[in-house]
Order: sequence, then structure tokens, then C-alpha cells
Amino acid sequence: MENMVNIFLMGKKYSVPANLTIMTAMEYAGYELKRGCGCRNGFCGACATIYRIKGDTELHACLACQTKVEENMYIATLPFFPLVKKVYDINEIKPTEQIMMQLYPEIYACIGCNACTKACTQELNVMQYIAYAQRGEYEKCAEESFDCVMCGVCSSRCPAGISHPQVAMLARRLNGKYLAPGCGHLEDRVREINNGTFEELIEALMQKPIDEMRELYNNRDIEK
Amino acid sequence: MYTAEMLESMKKVEANRAENAVLEPRRMTAQEKTDLLAAYHPDYKTGEFTELTIGANKGEKVPHELAALLQGKSRIDPANISLDDPDYDVDVLVIGGGGAGSSAAIEAHEAGANVMIVTKLRIGDANTMMAEGGIQAADKENDSPAIHYVDAFGGGHFAAKPSLLKRLVCEAPEAIKWLSDLGVEFDKTEDGTMVTTHGGGTSRKRMHAAKDYSGAEIMRTLRDEVLNRQIPVVDFTAAIELILDENGHVAGAVLLNMETDEILIARAKTVIIATGGAGRLHYQGFPTSNHYGATADGLVLAYRAGAKLMYPDTLQYHPTGAAFPEQIFGALVTEKVRSLGAKLINVNGEAFMHPLETRDVSAASIIRECSDRGNGVKTADGIGVWLDTPMIELKNGEGTIEARIPAMMRMFGKYGIDIRKEPILIYPTLHYQNGGIDIEPDGQSAVPGLLVAGEAVGGIHGRNRLMGNSLLDIIVFGRSAGKNAAALSKDVKLGAMTLEHVNKFNNERAAAGIDDDTVSPKLLPSYARKQN
Repeated sequence: MENMVNIFLMGKKYSVPANLTIMTAMEYAGYELKRGCGCRNGFCGACATIYRIKGDTELHACLACQTKVEENMYIATLPFFPLVKKVYDINEIKPTEQIMMQLYPEIYACIGCNACTKACTQELNVMQYIAYAQRGEYEKCAEESFDCVMCGVCSSRCPAGISHPQVAMLARRLNGKYLAPGCGHLEDRVREINNGTFEELIEALMQKPIDEMRELYNNRDIEK
Repeated sequence: MYTAEMLESMKKVEANRAENAVLEPRRMTAQEKTDLLAAYHPDYKTGEFTELTIGANKGEKVPHELAALLQGKSRIDPANISLDDPDYDVDVLVIGGGGAGSSAAIEAHEAGANVMIVTKLRIGDANTMMAEGGIQAADKENDSPAIHYVDAFGGGHFAAKPSLLKRLVCEAPEAIKWLSDLGVEFDKTEDGTMVTTHGGGTSRKRMHAAKDYSGAEIMRTLRDEVLNRQIPVVDFTAAIELILDENGHVAGAVLLNMETDEILIARAKTVIIATGGAGRLHYQGFPTSNHYGATADGLVLAYRAGAKLMYPDTLQYHPTGAAFPEQIFGALVTEKVRSLGAKLINVNGEAFMHPLETRDVSAASIIRECSDRGNGVKTADGIGVWLDTPMIELKNGEGTIEARIPAMMRMFGKYGIDIRKEPILIYPTLHYQNGGIDIEPDGQSAVPGLLVAGEAVGGIHGRNRLMGNSLLDIIVFGRSAGKNAAALSKDVKLGAMTLEHVNKFNNERAAAGIDDDTVSPKLLPSYARKQN
């Protein structure tokens, strides 16, 4: 007999094997998932879930695909959260403090409760990256928020109405486009290709008989 | 966390670590690789394939599960579908909201086309989001698109379509530049030099990455750009059949609202299929690293409309899927773990192969180690070998794992395994559809006006794909499909819309005596436990 635990899906009780994740437990219970299921591997943020263990008062947040069930777990999925996403032209905006004030002024209403950080399913220091965004320190905001899967749980807990994942998204794009150092060797190579530098070489390879290509491939030198 | 038996074997891994870390295992000869693949790679198990009896690839073999879907029953009866009053009318209809579809939509929009994305889940629910290791581009001094071409052509067993491969390698640096300009954060040194590593089968270090969230970083940026441009994204809506016009030109798609079952009609001057792969078909019972919607839908739609497939019989089994713990069974352990210096170690603590052979060879070698050679470590779901992650920090210094592969550290950390201190168990997992719809370099399939991009394409990689060439192909071919579709749509004059090709396909089924009642496209796998 498998080791079973009792869980409550949206309040309804089911007995499921103890080794399952919340997502596979829902499927074991008979759910055919459409919403709330994406990559099933912790990268897409589709399966944000809130739970509480019976007898405890604290609500916890997690990704259903990355979390094992526990005895007496009350589970509610959060398959969509209406985050605010402001529209902008990445080529027009600049990485100044003003841009955050314009697009996401609510970040300055942060009361420092840290509920976002406590709720983060990726264990990120969310309040800290919002603080960096407030100060226009986009490089730090980008680094601190890098592992964000944009599940939206932080925003669901925020009394100031901040859409943290979207703030971080903007900071990362500003950093990637404007603040990170440019790449000379990339620019050079694009120019060479546009000038047709490799055209003949590649055309010659495309015409080569397979035996010659095999020879070339099997004897190519490999960078250490 | 690990069982007593695993811990016993782990002691041997630890005892040999210093010695194994500096060892450079011999690479296999061409003949050794050929023999290994024939004996152990799943693509070579003839009993696992069915010959198609209808359609453009009649007489060719594909996996059983795919054959059933390609020759499956339509979800609609054309007699019950009215095409007279379309719900949407656009220049370019993009089916699929992953990296290829988003790139295509952005470029079509840039070119001034009226473009719309439909996706059966959300935009970004795609294999792109899960790609960890990186994206190839020959942009370093010691490298060139020609060297990239040779690596990819050889790695794909000399079967790639040269015109497609040329486009892939020549437009790679431009793809990286485009992403950078959109704000994708590639790993760079302080002077802006790209941090690049090897992947299996590369002869130059040309793997660009954004830690081990490379695909996620690319996908979320593309999604943000699609939203900034206010390109309509109709989510939780699947395309279930293409619509043609009376002249055989593509003219749109029949859509299904996944939640309400409502049928909607999209009229479009051009259609781009960017529906991705097929890991959720679980060929040969393998677990998969793919996202929930990877069910080969685009191949089914295109095949029914008359398109031809290329290499639909070849799949990629990623050598390192998680074999333990069972909660993450089959999940991807990025090849970057090996790029950074971790080696594959058997139950006896021996480094049994070079860690950076191509994926098909590596997978076959692991299967051999775990089967005939009896050198695997038993797990609850089967068997695996060690991937000795602590070697990474032995070689590159403390802190490397957290800085370069944080997602891997987190994934195992959730189950009490600290990959900086303990090795992990892996076994091949179904990862990528090497084959797909046959296209010309401009993305055009055999059906006029129907373009294809991303994993749904066949022929770019031949019969095996190198790490980092898929994130690359979705960008290169996605962008080009978007541009070309926008240009084509300017001159398209659609005739009357029809689903006659579906009736024709039904007749072919009947004539061939196919009475299998599999309905396709599949849309989603069926994981709910069936209760009595």
C-alpha cells in the first residue's frame, strides 16, 4: 500500500500518494488541467499556488509543479493574476529614474511590509529589487530579480498594488539594452557577414560531397 | 534523500572525483559512434515505428504515437462548420506562442502587417521557456559561420538541408544582436565580451547564455515585446484545422476555445505554424523535458493540408534528464552542467565517456551503461548514472554553480540535494523533435502561404541537433517567417474558404482502411487518473 496523505483541493478532500507534487496530485485526483499548468518544471510561472497547513494560520505560496504534497494541506491554485503591464517602446525610453516614475509610480507607495519577499515562489528578495527600481539602480534590480518566473504571487500579496514582475522585466530590459557593456566582437562579426566575408566558404561547404564533409568533420580541431 | 544503495555508490564517485576531474576521456571514433547508436539509440528500434499509409509521406516510418495522430480523425466535421462570417480577419496568423511564434509576430508587426497570435495555453508556455543552456553563434575571433556549419552538419549525421543550415549559421550573430537590442541579458565580461562555452559536439566555444535561464530570459523578453506592440494574443485557443482557399492557398484556421469549446474562425492571408515539438507524446515510454502542450499539433494540421514532413522518424533524447528524485523525473538537467566540467560517472565511480559527445551519442552511451554493461544506479522509476556536479567547483572555484547554473541548484535544492556537494542521477529524457515540416529557407512549406518556424520545422539540424542550435533556429527562422509572411500577404487575394481538404483526408483514411478512432490534433496529454 502506498503511503497516502489527505489534501484539500479548493477545500475538497482527496487522499493522494505522499510522493506526488501538488500538480501531479491534482491529476491523481482526476483533474484534467488546462489552466495552471505550463512547463511543469519550474520555469514558466503558470502554476502559482497558495496553501495552508491545517492547524497553522500562515498562508504559503509555491509552484504546484515544484512542491510535494503534505498531510492536511489546503490548496488553492492561482492560474492567472491580473498584473499591470505598462506598454512602452524600448527604443524610445532611457534608463533614467524618471521612467519608473512614469510607468510604475505605485512602486513608491511600497510600505516595506516585505509580504512580496515572503511570498516569492523562487525565494527572491522581491522588496529589495523594488527598492533598487525606486532608486533607478536597474543593474542591481535586474540581477536581484533575474530568477523571477513572473507567477504573480508577490503582487497578490502587495498592499500597495505593485506589479513586481513587470517592474523587474522593465529593469532587465533597460539593463540588457542600455547599461550592459556593448559587444565589439559581435558587432564585427555581423558586419563581416553582411559584407559577404564567409559567403564563398559556406557555398563551397554546401557543394562538397558527403565523404569530404565526413573527413573534414572527423578531423576538425576542437578548442580546449 | 538518497537511498543507502545510492550513497554506497556515491562514496566511489567521491573517492575518484579528483582523479576523474582532471581526466580527459577519449572521444569515440566515427565507427564506434555508428555502432553505439545502432545498438542503443531509441531511433534505431525498428519495432517502435509505423509506416504511414496516407498523406505526403506515405510509405515512410514514424513513431507509432505520431502515426496515429498524423493519420487521425479530425476534431471537426466540415459540414458543421460555417466559414462565412470569420471571427478574425488578419494578414498573418501565427499559431503558437513560443519563441518562434513571438519572433515571427514581432517581425510581421515591424513590417506593417496585421498579425495575431493564437496559442492553446499562454504566450510563453513553450519549450523556449525551458531551454536552459544557451544559444550558439559564431561571433568569436577563432570561430566562423563555416566552422559552425561543419559542427552542426556533422553532428546531424550529414543529413541537414544545406540551404537551411546555411541560413541558421550565417544569421546567428545577427540573432544575438537582435535579442541584445531588445534587452536580453547575455552573460558578458566587464568589457562586453560574451562568456561562451562548449556544447556537446561543438569545436569552438560559441554557447552564449543567460545563466541557466537562457530560454526563459529570451522568452520573457520576446513576450514583453509582443505585449508592448499590442499584437493581439488569443490565448487558451487552439488551432484544430487549417482552412484553405479554393486554389489551395492557405486561408486561415479553425480555432477551438480550450475552456468553452467554442469554435472560432480566423481568416488569414498567410499562416505561420510555430507549434513546437512532441515530447508529451512520450515516444517509447520516455519521460520528457518538454512543456505541457508539446503534442505535435502543427505537424498534424500541416500534414492534413498536404504539407510534407522531413525526418519525422528522428527524435532527440537529451542525455541528462533528472532520474532522481521522482518528483522531477525526466526534467531537463542542462548540458551546460557538462560544459562547465561535470562528468558522467557510473555506479563504480568510473568516468565512462567524454562528457561532450553529441546528444544522441551521449544518450546511447548512458543507455548502454545502464543496460548491457550493468553499471547503472537503481532509482524508484528505473535507473541512472551520476553527473558529478561538485567537479564544477573543483575546476572553476566555489560560487560557480550559484552564479552560472542557479536554476539547477534550485531544482535539486527543493528536494534537499545540494548539487555543489553531491552528484545527481540522470537518464535520457525525450527532449526534441529533430524532424518536422519540410520548408524552403524562406519558411514556405509545400502549401502556398503556409510558413513554418521553430521546432515544427524539419531539416535544419539533420538527424540530431546540437545544444544551442534550437534557441538559435527559433529566432532565425521565426524572424524570417514573420518578415516573409508580411511581405507575401501584401499580394495575396484569397478565394473562397474551404475545408474540402479535410473531407479529402477522411476519404483517404477510409480508402486505406484506417479505422483507428484516434482524434487529432491531440492538444494536451491525458494525465488525469481514470477512476472506475
